[in-house]
Amino acid sequence: MTTHEHAEFTLNDLKRILREAAGEQEGTGLAGDIRAFTFEQLGYDSLARLEAGGRIERTYAVALDEDCLNDTTTLGELLAAVNRRITEAHPARP
Amino acid sequence: MTAAVVTGVAVAAPNGLGTDAYWRATRAGTGGIRPIRKFDTSRYPVTLAGEVPDFRPEDHLPSRLLPQTDHMTRLALVAADQALADAGVDPGARDPFSMGVVTASSSGGFEFGERELRNLWSKGGQYVSAYQSFAWFYAVNTGQISIRNGMRGPCGVVVSDQAGGLDALAQARRLIRGGTRLVVSGGVDGSICSWGLVAQMAGGRLSTATDPDRAYLPFDAAAAGHVPGEGGALLVLEDADSARDRGARTYGEIAGYAATFDPKPGTGREPGLRRAIELALDDAGGTAADVDLVFADAAAVPELDRIEADALTAVFGPRGVPVTAPKTMTGRLLSGAAPLDVVTALLALADGVVPPTVNVTPLPGYGLDLVVGAPRPARLETVLVLARGHGGFNSALVVRRAGA
Repeated sequence: MTTHEHAEFTLNDLKRILREAAGEQEGTGLAGDIRAFTFEQLGYDSLARLEAGGRIERTYAVALDEDCLNDTTTLGELLAAVNRRITEAHPARP
Repeated sequence: MTAAVVTGVAVAAPNGLGTDAYWRATRAGTGGIRPIRKFDTSRYPVTLAGEVPDFRPEDHLPSRLLPQTDHMTRLALVAADQALADAGVDPGARDPFSMGVVTASSSGGFEFGERELRNLWSKGGQYVSAYQSFAWFYAVNTGQISIRNGMRGPCGVVVSDQAGGLDALAQARRLIRGGTRLVVSGGVDGSICSWGLVAQMAGGRLSTATDPDRAYLPFDAAAAGHVPGEGGALLVLEDADSARDRGARTYGEIAGYAATFDPKPGTGREPGLRRAIELALDDAGGTAADVDLVFADAAAVPELDRIEADALTAVFGPRGVPVTAPKTMTGRLLSGAAPLDVVTALLALADGVVPPTVNVTPLPGYGLDLVVGAPRPARLETVLVLARGHGGFNSALVVRRAGA
């Protein structure tokens, strides 16, 4: 698998990883701007979050702590946390 | 005592996915043993298996379940759905604690586990699926069926190789007698993957034949091991009174059961199978004369075939009862084999026909009336199903026409 060390982590990237890692809940799905939804609201239990988190870590070469992936975390909060870590790990060259 | 009756069945077998397709093929003697398609067997001594055809899990299961399930668990989840539908039961409309799940297993989700072990050793620990934590596990089918259908009563898994398929149904019957209203039970099993095949090869009982019609020949002079297979059957068991109250159709009753364990090898003592048969008949409140048909374990290892034939002739007399082994059409499905035999027995009861043993020319010296070649019409009331597990497990289960 290739890593995207300098890339931005977008909502569509997160949706793709969630689908691969854990599928999507019947009914709600993952369509539209769902950044305000929590993992719990989208039907992702702790193992689903662990699996998705692992895929994010190895794809984007970042380390996430458990706080990033609580059941009450929103997708938007996770996106911000991951992008912050990408930036920290690979600061823009002057 | 409360009778445990079967009100729903579902089959996933190498010669038919779904009860109707399986029973049509089985009555006609159409087998499903073929060269393995799932992986390249060119460097393996075993190249044949019974693989379930035409299964597209995404047609049946929500996407949330796909990344977390082994192939045999997907088959089991779909079979559970179909068995409940066949029984006319909506689990969501019942008290969750009145329903249980007891399945048999032999090895868990080996195909899933193989993939994750490959990830571990070729890429590293961070590439191992979080779902490996349970997807490979023996109890996973029970757990997933329980979760999907909201069945929060007594649940469990039995692991005793092929005998486990009967042991699970017996445990389900115990739960029904103890007051659980409904239990989904049986087994859907299989590990047709390189790791699973090698693990089974280590047991020394797999056939290395390459002709599907000459590969699994129990009670035949050419018997030389069995073909592995995947699949099995799930059944819905209910207590007879509540089944009657809701006007359910009943396939038959789980009327008797016993399990024994073989004596230590080398002691010269008689193997436990005969005693299992006699104890199961006692448990059913019947005698050998009541049995109209026997589904044999049919190991296709000469020594084991001899033990089974001796047990049957000891109890029923030489050629004293029709015997069949439809598993010659599917291969041995690990813990799924015996539940499939039980469902086949119930379908045979309903249709008054004995499905045949295929490809076998019975050795006369075994003294068995083996039903070979073509189905045999018969009036059936009571059927005995036998299953043995590697290491000394013997189980016998009696099914009887409901109300007989």
